[in-house]
Formats: sequence, structure tokens, C-alpha cells
Amino acid sequence: MKNIKFSSVMLWAGLLFLYLPMAILVFYSFNASKLVTVWGGFSTKWYGELFRDQQLLDAVGTSLTLAFFSATTAVVLGTMAAFVMTRYRHSWAKLTLSNMITAPLVMPEVITGLSLMLLFVAMSDLLGWPKERGMITVWIAHSTFCAAYVAVVVSTRFRELDRSIEEAALDLGASPFKTFMLITVPMITPSLVAGWFLSFSLSLDDLVIASFVSGPGSTTLPMVVFSSVRLGVSPKINALATVIILIVSLIAFVTWLIARRKDRLSQQ
Amino acid sequence: MIKSMLISLTKGRTWTLGIPYLWLILFFAMPFLIVLKISFSSAAIAIPPYESIVQYADESFQLILNLGNYLLLLEDSLYVDAYLGSLKMAFFSTIGCLLIGYPMAYAIARAPSSTQAVLLLLIMLPSWTSFLIRVYAWMGILSNNGLLNNLLLSLGIISEPLQMLNTNFAVYIGIIYTYLPFMILPLYATLSKLDISLLEAASDLGSRSINTFWRITLPLSKGGVIAGSMLVFIPVVGEFVIPELLGGPDSLMIGKILWQEFFNNRDWPVASALAIVMLVLLIVPITLFHRYQSKEME
Repeated sequence: MKNIKFSSVMLWAGLLFLYLPMAILVFYSFNASKLVTVWGGFSTKWYGELFRDQQLLDAVGTSLTLAFFSATTAVVLGTMAAFVMTRYRHSWAKLTLSNMITAPLVMPEVITGLSLMLLFVAMSDLLGWPKERGMITVWIAHSTFCAAYVAVVVSTRFRELDRSIEEAALDLGASPFKTFMLITVPMITPSLVAGWFLSFSLSLDDLVIASFVSGPGSTTLPMVVFSSVRLGVSPKINALATVIILIVSLIAFVTWLIARRKDRLSQQ
Repeated sequence: MIKSMLISLTKGRTWTLGIPYLWLILFFAMPFLIVLKISFSSAAIAIPPYESIVQYADESFQLILNLGNYLLLLEDSLYVDAYLGSLKMAFFSTIGCLLIGYPMAYAIARAPSSTQAVLLLLIMLPSWTSFLIRVYAWMGILSNNGLLNNLLLSLGIISEPLQMLNTNFAVYIGIIYTYLPFMILPLYATLSKLDISLLEAASDLGSRSINTFWRITLPLSKGGVIAGSMLVFIPVVGEFVIPELLGGPDSLMIGKILWQEFFNNRDWPVASALAIVMLVLLIVPITLFHRYQSKEME
């Protein structure tokens, strides 16, 4: 019993450790003083400045567009890879695929970034494409590493799936493709959605890989934040952090509500 | 042979394997070969800033492998120190995450199943916000006129501000703070699958809870410990953002050096050699992680 008590104390202390710095960030975003750590009265002026910063707003647009397309591509690639890993017979091709798909999960970002950047340079040397680094190259880089996460999430679902429904469809004469689209996809939809959102947030958050493979006109939000943060703390970044935390918490809360409702319905 | 290949090209199964396969060959495997190639070339003032290792001279193609970049890494103590610094930093922060994360994962796995989901969500939520922002949060807390120093001063514990930002201490805090969720999730995954009846049997037979933990719980959660540790250790070795923002001049880490070689010195061959050596150092942990991951996925 002593064991359990100690671990719950650690759990609450750990959660405090995770949330206290964020609470402090949010609190000081309403600080009128420019000094981030000295309280100078309540003010929302930093939010005003945030929404007038055109460079930052442009970067938000770039990042959201990139995240959308990268997440979508990653779901397609990752689902195909997960299907191969869980359904195909053992073969040399399957083995190399499964080796390659999960490798980006733990690859240090500087290595992935550097290697992709050198690939793009070599390709434009040999093939004349891509002419310059930009949105396309960042999209390729993000899709590749996000596909690894999608493959892990979706393969879990593939493994617990009841195969007999698909077999019934095949027995009744549906083509494998039709069976996949009409039977399998609806059954794995929750994991596809989860993989998509995970990829979206990973792409939105990436600084290192994007710094290597981006070019003029594809400055992402983390790149703008990084160059500002490097110079020291600024209340505007606190305001930005508050907005991000608010959006993420709202999405998480809504998904939690939906999941709970579903649980209750299935229990009835 | 050719006919059967043509037939297989019309099948969806081939495409399902083929498309991700080609994508990964092109955008994951190929880049490493190019890094390897460039690590053997010498730097040049050109676009791109390196010389080709294959040259046409004396009516034949010559392969010139320049080992100079690798020799440089051995000669200059800066690089050796940076590798050692990264490995040390990664090792101790992995231990730190494990010591904090294990009890947390254990508590979540033992919680009633309805609260487990909420607790997991609470663990994951911070990592869905921005990584940069979470590192940034500590800049305001640890700086000389920051919150922690102000608190300690007003409590009378210290009489002048402690230098905490731009030290290795700040880097450790930053790493443990941002990587803790990656340790907790795989630990939770194995601990929640643990068969409770084994623990009950142990306690029925008179085993003390500490003993049960060391002899049963910990060995059975070995997979999660390995996976979590590798998920922290490997990326931390190449970490750039945290030592850049929270570290000082003495927090030498290889990710930061690689970044500087590439972006500030524009020495692509040395940056490539640094990456190759880092990969070689990480081969054992990556294989360990991979073995766990493929066991999980099949």
C-alpha cells in the first residue's frame, strides 16, 4: 500500500511540474510591464500587438497550410505502411519497409533535417527539381516523419480489428479495394483521425527540420518564434503561448467530451 | 518473370507496399547515402559548398575520399567534448525522466479506469502545445531576475540571484520537462497490461511490497522502460533547441555544434561527418528501440 501512496504523490507533483510553468506563462501574458517577470498591472495590450504582427500572422498561415497537407499525406502513407506491416506475409520488402517507417520516430531532428536538405540540393543539381527549397520541400519532410507516427497509431488499430467482417465482404464478392474502402476504413476511422491530428500538431511544432529544408517564402511559425525567443523573453510570445494553449485545451476538451459520450452510449 | 511482374503491378496489394516503399527509399534512405557521400568530400567556396568526390581526370573517373573531416573530428577536442557532453546529458536526463516518470505511470495504471483516460490526457496535453513555448517558459522562470530567483530572494534563502539560466542545470530541467511525456506513455502501456493477479499472489505468499516491486513489477515492465528510455535518450543526443535557449557556453552538445557548422560556418562536409558519427554512436540504442517497436507492431 505504501508503494501506491508514494506513486500518487509523485503523480500530482509531476502534474504540477508540467502545468505550473504554463500557468506562469499565461499569467504574465496579461502583464502591462515589458519586463516579463515584474508585475506592472493587468493589460491585454500584448494581444493587440500580437494580432498586428503581420510577419507572425503570415507565418501562422504558412504553418497551418503545411500542417494540413503534411498530415493528410502522412495519413495516406502511414496507413498503407501499417496495412503492409500487419497484413502482409513476411518478406524482404516488408522487413525493410518496417525498418524504415519507424526509424524517423527516434532519429535526431538535426540528422533528418540535414540529410533531407542535402538530398534536395543533390536532386536540384541532377534533375533540376526542386528549383529552390520552400513549401514543397518542407511538406515532403514533414509528411515523411509524420507517416511514422501514423503507422504506429494505425497499426495498433489494424491488429485489434475483427477480420471476419472483411472476410465476409470478400466472400460475398466485393473487390479487395472496395472491401477496404467500405468496411476497413470506417472501422479504423478513429485511429485515422487521431493520426491526422497527431501529424498536424507535429508538423505545426517542428522547428529544426523546417529550418534545414525551408527557403524564402516558407518561414513557419516556430521559425519566427525561435528568432524572437533567441533574443530573450518578450511578453508578445507569452500572449502567443496563451492563445496556443487555449486552442489546444479546447480541442482536447471537446475530443474528451465526445469520447466520453461515446463510451456512455456503448455502455447503455 | 516479366509477365508476372506486370500482373503484380495491376494489383492493389503491390501498390500498397510500393508507394510508401518508394517514398521512404527516396526521402529517408537516399538522404543518408548523400550525407555519407558529402562527409567524404572537401569544403569549397561554391554552390553547393563542397567538391564532388567523383572527378574526371586523366581520362578516367576517380573516386577521391577525403578523410580529413573525420580526422578533424578526432583532432579538435571541441567535437569530442561535444559528443561526450551530449551523451552525458542524454544519459542523466533519461535517468531523471525514468525516476520521475515511472511512479507517475504506475499511479496512472493503478487508477480507476475512468480516470486513467483523463490523467493520460493531462500528461499528453502539454506536448500538443508548442515545444518551443515550453522551453521558453523556463527562460522566464530561471533567468537572473526571473521568478525562481525572485522567490528565493524574497524568502531570504539566497542573498543574490543565482545564475541558473544558461547553465547545464537549466538544460537538464528543460529536457526533463519536455521529454517526460515520452517516458510516461510507453511505461503506462506496459504497466497497464500487467496482470494484477501476479502481484496479489506475491503478497498472499508474504512478499513485501518493495520486494514485489523489484522482483515482479519492474522486470515485467522492462519493455516499457527500454522503449521510454530510448525515446528520451536518442533525440536528446541530437537536441539543438534546448541547449541553444537554456544552455550556456559550457553546455556543449553535438546538435548545437552541427547546427553551427551548417548554418554559421557553411561547412557542409564537416556537418555531414558529425551526423554520420552521431548515427554510429546511436546505432545500438536505435536497434534496441526498434526491436521493442516491431514486437509491438506485429
